[in-house]
Amino acid sequence: MSIPRPIATTRSATGIPTGKLAVWWVVGSEIVIFGGLLACYLLYRLKYGHWGIEAAHTNTVAGSINTFVLLTSSLFAVLAHHYAEKKQCHKAFIYLWLTIGGALTFLAVKSVEWGNEIAAGYTIGKSTFWTFYYTAAGIHAIHVIAGAVIMAILSLDVMRGRNLQRVEFIGIYWHFVDIVWIFLFPLLYIAK
Amino acid sequence: MSDHHGPGYYIKIYLILLVLFVISVLGPELGIRSVTLITAFGIAVVKAIMVAAYFMHLNVEKKYIHYMLWGMLILMAVFYSGVMIDIYHTRGQNWINVSSESQIEMFKDVVPDSH
Repeated sequence: MSIPRPIATTRSATGIPTGKLAVWWVVGSEIVIFGGLLACYLLYRLKYGHWGIEAAHTNTVAGSINTFVLLTSSLFAVLAHHYAEKKQCHKAFIYLWLTIGGALTFLAVKSVEWGNEIAAGYTIGKSTFWTFYYTAAGIHAIHVIAGAVIMAILSLDVMRGRNLQRVEFIGIYWHFVDIVWIFLFPLLYIAK
Repeated sequence: MSDHHGPGYYIKIYLILLVLFVISVLGPELGIRSVTLITAFGIAVVKAIMVAAYFMHLNVEKKYIHYMLWGMLILMAVFYSGVMIDIYHTRGQNWINVSSESQIEMFKDVVPDSH
């Protein structure tokens, strides 16, 4: 029995395929979620000067490595999209998995970083700064995990040459996850 | 969105992003506040715009998406303005933010300019 194609893959009420439009709306709502969180962080950071002293304990090397990893994974994601458009499914599949590799590397670095910080006593309850730190970076890490899982699932279709448009959809989401980190990095690791 | 560029184009964008990333890490090492603001936060904005424009293909995306994203950014600015009033005042006519004042009191010797 064949599975019917979702209506989102064919319908286009606005001139934009509905599936892609849905992803853009997800990105739009994420702007409000992360934007609200980062706006609050920024306000508190400017208000309370001692947050800079606490921020001095975040690991800039780990943050830098993760920035490099996410930028590189963004390149892989856009290349996966490029090859999906060319119907070169094998290459698209490989670049999707390279992107997933980037996500796993990011999470591994994050685990080591958090492990060291928690062992040193900088836990989520230590102060408001650390509560913001773990909340912002934690929500971002959940998005990384979600992106990696979605890419792994749709890579199965890509391998068979099906639903290739979804490579672009997950790419849009993944680049947004990268953009969020681009702002988190200076806020949490650089401004000390 | 249809893609007219080859892998070389994206690799060039990526290399520019890497150069910007290196500047954003090294700039704040100078310890000059204005340089830190420009290199860390100014470059973050440039990097975000580049990723959105060239990797997310926002530069060739329909206006509808631009309006929607701008709407969200404006909502964020409204939120920022609303919360700012609450955070920056520690007391009013009939209220005192005890937690905020105790934080400022606790660290006043460590950070003299903490408002």
